[in-house]
Amino acid sequence: MSSIISVSNLTKTYASGFKALNGINLDIQRGEIFALLGPNGAGKTTLISIICGIANLSEGKVLVGGHDINADYRAARSLIGLVPQELHTDAFESVWATVSFSRGLFGKSKNPAHIEKVLKDLSLWDKKDNKIITLSGGMKRRVMIAKALSHEPQILFLDEPTAGVDVELRKGMWEVVRQLRDTGVTVILTTHYIDEAEEMADRIGVINKGEIILVEQKAKLMQKLGRKQLKLHLQDRLTALPATLAPYQLELADSGKELIFTYDTQSERTGITTLLSDLRDAGIRFRDLSTTQSSLEDIFVNLVRTGA
Amino acid sequence: MNFSAIRAIYMFEMARTWRTLLQSIVSPVISTSLYFIVFGAAIGSRISEIQGVSYGTFIVPGLVMLSVLTQSISNASFGIYFPKFVGTIYEVLSAPVSYVEIVLGYVGAAATKSIILGLIILATAGLFVPLRIHHPFWMLAFLILTAVTFSLFGFIIGIWADNFEKLQAIPLLVVTPLTFLGGSFYSVNMLPSGWRTLTLFNPVVYLISGFRWSFYEIADVSLGVSVGITLGFLVACIVTIWWIFKTGYRLKN
Repeated sequence: MSSIISVSNLTKTYASGFKALNGINLDIQRGEIFALLGPNGAGKTTLISIICGIANLSEGKVLVGGHDINADYRAARSLIGLVPQELHTDAFESVWATVSFSRGLFGKSKNPAHIEKVLKDLSLWDKKDNKIITLSGGMKRRVMIAKALSHEPQILFLDEPTAGVDVELRKGMWEVVRQLRDTGVTVILTTHYIDEAEEMADRIGVINKGEIILVEQKAKLMQKLGRKQLKLHLQDRLTALPATLAPYQLELADSGKELIFTYDTQSERTGITTLLSDLRDAGIRFRDLSTTQSSLEDIFVNLVRTGA
Repeated sequence: MNFSAIRAIYMFEMARTWRTLLQSIVSPVISTSLYFIVFGAAIGSRISEIQGVSYGTFIVPGLVMLSVLTQSISNASFGIYFPKFVGTIYEVLSAPVSYVEIVLGYVGAAATKSIILGLIILATAGLFVPLRIHHPFWMLAFLILTAVTFSLFGFIIGIWADNFEKLQAIPLLVVTPLTFLGGSFYSVNMLPSGWRTLTLFNPVVYLISGFRWSFYEIADVSLGVSVGITLGFLVACIVTIWWIFKTGYRLKN
């Protein structure tokens, strides 16, 4: 596979002296879904803004489809569709007008059939004559995606596409992204939800404090990071754990009312079945249980701690 | 040249004009009509002729200029400030368009709107006072030149402004006084000599003088000077905008 975006030694220093990006090197492969993970303020949006031409770079070089983003900005930008994080919309325009505007802005000749297809794919067709101000938040986000797709880009940037979006819409969004990938579009999405990256991405890059900490195939990364916790809410308070349960390295929490088991989702055996039967044998009963995935926050702590 | 982008921006801005027709066209026409009623009919009848032209007729070019100036600035400054304010500017910045194309789209639409407005006000004036235009070509040339120049100036203000107060400040604090003191309502020659010299530092004097000359062949300063000063201001605006896009000032951080 060839890289469609190539970022080398990219540094961004703001006038205030704040270094938002520090020596970023990153290659995005043609046709992949790449998830850029990082906490708020890590530099995800700054990186995207530079690639798309919204912010100037301080040092380094960015090639999009082999075109330098500064020297050959027309060729570079015409390949890119951008869906920013914030819902920036022209409130008083109709859906149709605003999506058609985007196509014109990118220098493409009118093509009502394409815009119709985009709107239908995003379930916006029956809203095409509505003013954007009358749409719900989820619909507005889809309008922004429609704008980005109006000019048939080869690369689509989705900056936090599911922030503040309900579960159903989130699933719908994922479906749209998969369909796009099937048509050969390269998708780069940023997120701070690890499950989103897990669900969608072929490769994952982790960015923190303006530096890329790692870039890895999803499967490998999940193996490294995919730890989950099983929480058992106990019927009766426990003061100490029976010796038979020692191999599970359980934690007692909530002053003995909760039992926490950490396991690796990627391993062949998670150990949950034997744990539960051992618990029964030890006479420990529980009222409820829940599992949680290690949050990105934890992953960062882990990454930083292990010096990865 | 990405003509499709220029057209998209231009049509988008013009659509905004039609959508806000009341504020865009009707309100300046009403306020100008009020000027004609007050200065043309009510007070003007008691003022003697100026260089052979009745007072009501004399103020027509100045009033048209006043509207074209202020409307060009407000159209263009709002046109670019608003996308910055609501964030939709991201799309223009990320599109394969050059700054020349962006300026042509936004400034072209703002200037078109104020030229249309200027002509409507002129027609409205014709209902109140007798009008004659000696040099229609020069009249149109001044109208277009002024609309374009001050739309460029408005564009600069729109980019510079980072809040609504700043957006209003220059038009209110600088442009309106300059316009009123620029000979809209009187001939600069009517001023005492000290004030007259001071007035010659006001660029609006040259615009109004040249514009009035195209109507009645009476001018406070020579035609060449009028055209020269206006073109000079046009070039200054173009250079400023070139610098803005080169550095990304207030557009890209």
